[in-house]
Amino acid sequence: MSMNLGRIVRLLSLTLALFLLMPGVASFAQTPVPPGPNTLTGPDVSNDQLLLQQLQGNLHGRVSIPDQKSAMLIQPEGQDWRALRNGTLKTVSAVVLLGMIAALVVFYMVRGKIRIDAGPSRRRIQRFNGMERFAHWITAASFLVLAVTGLNLVFGRWLLIPLLGPEAFATMTVYGKLAHNFLSFPFVLGIVLMLLIWVRHNIPNGGDIAWIKVAGGLFSKGKHPPAKKFNAGQKLIFWMVVAGGGVVAASGYVLLFPFAVTDIAGMQLAHLVHAILSVLLIAGIISHIYIGSIGMEGAFDAMGSGEVDVNWAREHHSLWLEEELRKGKVKGPAAVRGVPAE
Amino acid sequence: MARMKFLCDAERCIECNACVTACKNEHEVPWGINRRRVVTLNDGKPGERSISMACMHCTDAPCMAVCPVDCFYKTAEGVVLHSKDLCIGCGYCFYACPFGAPQYPQVGNFGSRGKMDKCTFCAGGPEDDMTPAEYSKYGANRLAEGKLPLCAEMCSTKALLAGDGEIIADIYKERAVRRGYGSGAWGWSTAYKDKATT
Repeated sequence: MSMNLGRIVRLLSLTLALFLLMPGVASFAQTPVPPGPNTLTGPDVSNDQLLLQQLQGNLHGRVSIPDQKSAMLIQPEGQDWRALRNGTLKTVSAVVLLGMIAALVVFYMVRGKIRIDAGPSRRRIQRFNGMERFAHWITAASFLVLAVTGLNLVFGRWLLIPLLGPEAFATMTVYGKLAHNFLSFPFVLGIVLMLLIWVRHNIPNGGDIAWIKVAGGLFSKGKHPPAKKFNAGQKLIFWMVVAGGGVVAASGYVLLFPFAVTDIAGMQLAHLVHAILSVLLIAGIISHIYIGSIGMEGAFDAMGSGEVDVNWAREHHSLWLEEELRKGKVKGPAAVRGVPAE
Repeated sequence: MARMKFLCDAERCIECNACVTACKNEHEVPWGINRRRVVTLNDGKPGERSISMACMHCTDAPCMAVCPVDCFYKTAEGVVLHSKDLCIGCGYCFYACPFGAPQYPQVGNFGSRGKMDKCTFCAGGPEDDMTPAEYSKYGANRLAEGKLPLCAEMCSTKALLAGDGEIIADIYKERAVRRGYGSGAWGWSTAYKDKATT
């Protein structure tokens, strides 16, 4: 009995609803949907294009499976991403990286190793403490692996598969991908630490302009513009690594957690940002490694033992040295040898 | 040799999803992975159309082009297949594919991608034809048995056609001429640089 009553009520309300909706339905039906293939566009346009026009380019529909992102029927943007990844990205990466290496080779041949002009004094001063060096090296070590495994995805197929064969290369690359995923975390820890420790020394100031004007004395022997703890070049590296590395990490996490943050267009963009910025970072870091190792006498000690020669400090960080000397933080030859001078 | 293609006649597809179900059953495709899906455009509006979509086995396949480990290959019949032994689950093929065909099981760290899975045109993978090893990774190899893909074979309205590209294009053209209209062979211009219009 009650079921019958319910049915009547439902039927009545449906009729009422239909009656009320009639004007709406009528106006909807007025939207012209051409039944024939080419009534709108003429004979030269494919039917794909015709329906695309009807849908106004929106190929997002409805699916009855849980995977809602599959409701996108066709995404032509994939072709653009392909062209950028296989074309532009590869070319730009090769030019930037090989260009940087070539520039450094030329620089080394012309300028040679930058010596301490006054010669080593054998008096040493602490430049970076343990925490600073830890922050530097955790970033450096993870960055090296991230860079190599990342470049492998861009160039490995063309350079390494012919050498290693597909199986060995795929095995290597799958472990490379794992390393790339996991080492992102120490890399981020490193850049956060460096930001906290060094940001106050890396605020650009007037002294940097003078330093940039003479290119830091890089191209002129015996010229040493004054600098505090970090000169303009080092500040540039600092911000490149902290800001650039931060964006690279963020875009990497977008890719690491597919569809957690963004859709496929966002992930294509994230990949390109990740790749292009990484290549620029790698190029910058190659020059950083050069000047911190074979490029300059006495520079490696800063991040090696943490203590630099006082004459090196006087030439490259004169203002910082003066400050440290005022605090009485310099170690004499005696302290180095551990034998009291007579 | 025939060039294998799919063609979905949107005027005929009634969104019954039998192709989706047939595919999942034939290949024992795991939960969460759909090699084929039916997308309804303009749902509930005039001009509504449903299209069954899977890997289109493109002529110049974007997945194949962008794969960093080069795990894709093309058979003599134009079917795009891949090796799950080589795949590293990077997701690049999914970024490049215009049809959203590549699927990934969520395995491993961060719930990230496992080895890619996609429509094989019922043609298995690089393993020997019709072996258990091939079946467990790629599903049935109907082509090796002389049969066409099951999704199209059991399509009740014959909206989804699979087979020699020239033959199915002819069938479609004849239909479109007979009824006087057709909304086009979906994805053909993208996949094959070909229109197959009336």
